[in-house]
Amino acid sequence: MIRAENITKTFGEQQVLKGISILFEAGKTNLIIGRSGAGKTVLLKSLIGLVQPTSGSVWYDDVNFTNLGKEELRAVRMKVGMLFQGSALFDSLTVEQNIRFPLDMFTNLNAKEKSERVDYCLERVSLTGANKKFPSELSGGMQKRVGIARAIVLNPKYLFCDEPNSGLDPKTSIVIDELIRSITIENNITTIINTHDMNSVMEIGDNICFIHQGKLEWKGNKSEVLESTNQELQSFIFASPFLQRLRDRALGRPV
Amino acid sequence: MFTFFSHFGRYLIMLRTAFSKPEKWRMYWIETARQMNDIGIGSFIIVALVSVFVGAVASVQFAYQLNGQLVPRYYIGYIVRDLCIIEMSPTVSCLVLAGKVGSNMAAEIGGMRQKEHIDAMEVMGVNTAAYLVMPKIVAAIVMIPMLVALSAFLGILGGYIASVPTELLSHGDFVRGLRSFFVPYNVFIMFVKAIVYAFLLTSISCYQGYYVKGGSVELGQASTNAVVFSDIAILLADYIITIVLTS
Repeated sequence: MIRAENITKTFGEQQVLKGISILFEAGKTNLIIGRSGAGKTVLLKSLIGLVQPTSGSVWYDDVNFTNLGKEELRAVRMKVGMLFQGSALFDSLTVEQNIRFPLDMFTNLNAKEKSERVDYCLERVSLTGANKKFPSELSGGMQKRVGIARAIVLNPKYLFCDEPNSGLDPKTSIVIDELIRSITIENNITTIINTHDMNSVMEIGDNICFIHQGKLEWKGNKSEVLESTNQELQSFIFASPFLQRLRDRALGRPV
Repeated sequence: MFTFFSHFGRYLIMLRTAFSKPEKWRMYWIETARQMNDIGIGSFIIVALVSVFVGAVASVQFAYQLNGQLVPRYYIGYIVRDLCIIEMSPTVSCLVLAGKVGSNMAAEIGGMRQKEHIDAMEVMGVNTAAYLVMPKIVAAIVMIPMLVALSAFLGILGGYIASVPTELLSHGDFVRGLRSFFVPYNVFIMFVKAIVYAFLLTSISCYQGYYVKGGSVELGQASTNAVVFSDIAILLADYIITIVLTS
């Protein structure tokens, strides 16, 4: 479980986050959604410590993440996996070396154990046999899957995904969403996903936080989205006339 | 002025963070060895070329300037030797290395910053300043003095090749010059300069890359700044070391 308490963030004179308090539950896919520039990425980076909040605190279970010393911070971060928007795979390393990097850096496993763990993670993301390939030889979707494999290699308790579907076709997006969801449930991970993808919202949104102009505008789950009366949320999710017609049809309204 | 102190403070903070206890010594050693190869082997040819030609030009130039004067001819060997040891090899080589190694380091680390590789490592719990900066500084401090020593040898060899076969100077005169007035302390000065320059050019270049923001234009600027500021720091350090060690 991760809890944000009254997080604010100011860049110069611009206040990007205006006192956000949210609870992200374990074993569920927690989605942060919102328009471009709403503050989603800053919120995600504040939760993970890549951006220092101006005020407020972030709790990882019972640990106040915002007040940690260097060593304690490292200990918490070893329980964190993150999938970056651009995958952030190390270009000069092979897929296997990328996934093995956290194992090399933080564990005392022998070479055979590391190889087994890498193979397991690759199998988990359906990329068995891609060990020797370089990131440049992989498609965008495959790179994301390698990113997920690297994020889960140390058995994280917390998983962060920044725009996991960006740049992917709808079918591949569904594969990535399902993969993240199944890993979350299997390992009871607290997963936080920052997304624009409406498919993700409707398919894997166990908890959804809608951020609007730096504030938590709406909170609920995928089944509550349709019936929400929040105008900002409705105009964000059902932005196109086509989606509005689908919504109205689903709710039995005249189309 | 405020900007300068702001950068200088951030540079010191980066250095303090860079010299913290590694997460795993083996990984740092592997990275240091890779950097030693890049800096040492990768820069050998350019340093050798510059050294041979500067040594050659120096001997021809001095032969021309001392022609017909009362200064003995064998002084050319002596001048070329001390020029190479005290100034040319440490300073000119490191200015060249700032261009090759420094810009490369700034671009490498800056590229990692822009592609979120550094963020990815931070999230894993890696001390990125230590993992990305410390091995480069250590590798440079080990390899650059060796390159500088080789450069001094090759500079003298260049002077010999340019003056003896062309009969500007006899073999005996050149060798006599090399053996005259030798002060071992000058070799010490050469190594002090090499170590200080190695530290400056790597740490400044890493700093430029580590804090890069923006896109490809800013990355290019960071790479240029790495060379410019390293060169300025090397020249300033050259003056200070010369005053301190020769006064």
